[in-house]
Amino acid sequence: MLQMALRFLIGGAAVSLFALLADLLRPKGFAGLFGAAPSVALATLTLAVISDGPGYAATEARSMVAGEIALVVYAAACVYLLAIRHMKAAQSTLLALSIWGGAASALYLWVLK
Amino acid sequence: MVIKLNLNALRETSAHEYLIRFVLGGAITVIAGLLGSRYGPEIGGLFLAFPAIFPASATLLEKHEREKKREAGIAFTIRGRLAAALDARGAVMGALAGTLFALLVWKMLPKFPLWETLPLALVLWLVVATLFWYVRKHHPWSRPSQSGGKRRRERRSSHRRKTCGAHKSGRKAL
Repeated sequence: MLQMALRFLIGGAAVSLFALLADLLRPKGFAGLFGAAPSVALATLTLAVISDGPGYAATEARSMVAGEIALVVYAAACVYLLAIRHMKAAQSTLLALSIWGGAASALYLWVLK
Repeated sequence: MVIKLNLNALRETSAHEYLIRFVLGGAITVIAGLLGSRYGPEIGGLFLAFPAIFPASATLLEKHEREKKREAGIAFTIRGRLAAALDARGAVMGALAGTLFALLVWKMLPKFPLWETLPLALVLWLVVATLFWYVRKHHPWSRPSQSGGKRRRERRSSHRRKTCGAHKSGRKAL
């Protein structure tokens, strides 16, 4: 339970820090880079090395490559839905989560498994 | 174009918006850890790149832009959606650089200590993402052709006509 609480605090702090940077930086196109910053990865990989060792964390990082490719597809889908289809931000970004799920599952089944 | 820090942006974001980001970030870190211990690091690792925070950030950005335009007396605008799209375009480049971050961590972690691997991977991510952004911004390849720009302008003005029309008809109905 203590480990979960620690995970929550470290993850929350890392994500908030990158989100704050995204708020402060201008131009907006540059700040957008921080929308895909590896904040959750920094927190999780650090805790994974401490609790399970570097081998476990390296395996997580290998899967993260697939997750990042799925994130590229997700963000590109968001650009399409927002800029071309003019859908609302909440609808676009939540709808595109299914695209992230589909892309990540496909990469897991074809490449990682 | 120069990269700047805009400290006024701190006042635009309310305390509960910071709280939402903190809770979402903490929650996805816990979920990634739980999935890792239940189904193994192969599944847990996928969620290190889950876009947990992006939907909240894009929605807040759209809301802020819409409010700015409303204060300026413009009720109907797609400016907020276009600002969120710009944010998403940045995220495409950030995620491409994130792939290199993950590759470097995967290859380095078994041989080098954590305190060397993660800072180096983070610097690589920042440098590569900035380079992508710079090339996208300044290279002549990335500038739209005249015909493409004209088509886009026509599409935007047609959309504006439609939304303004809806606005006027809405006012008549009232």
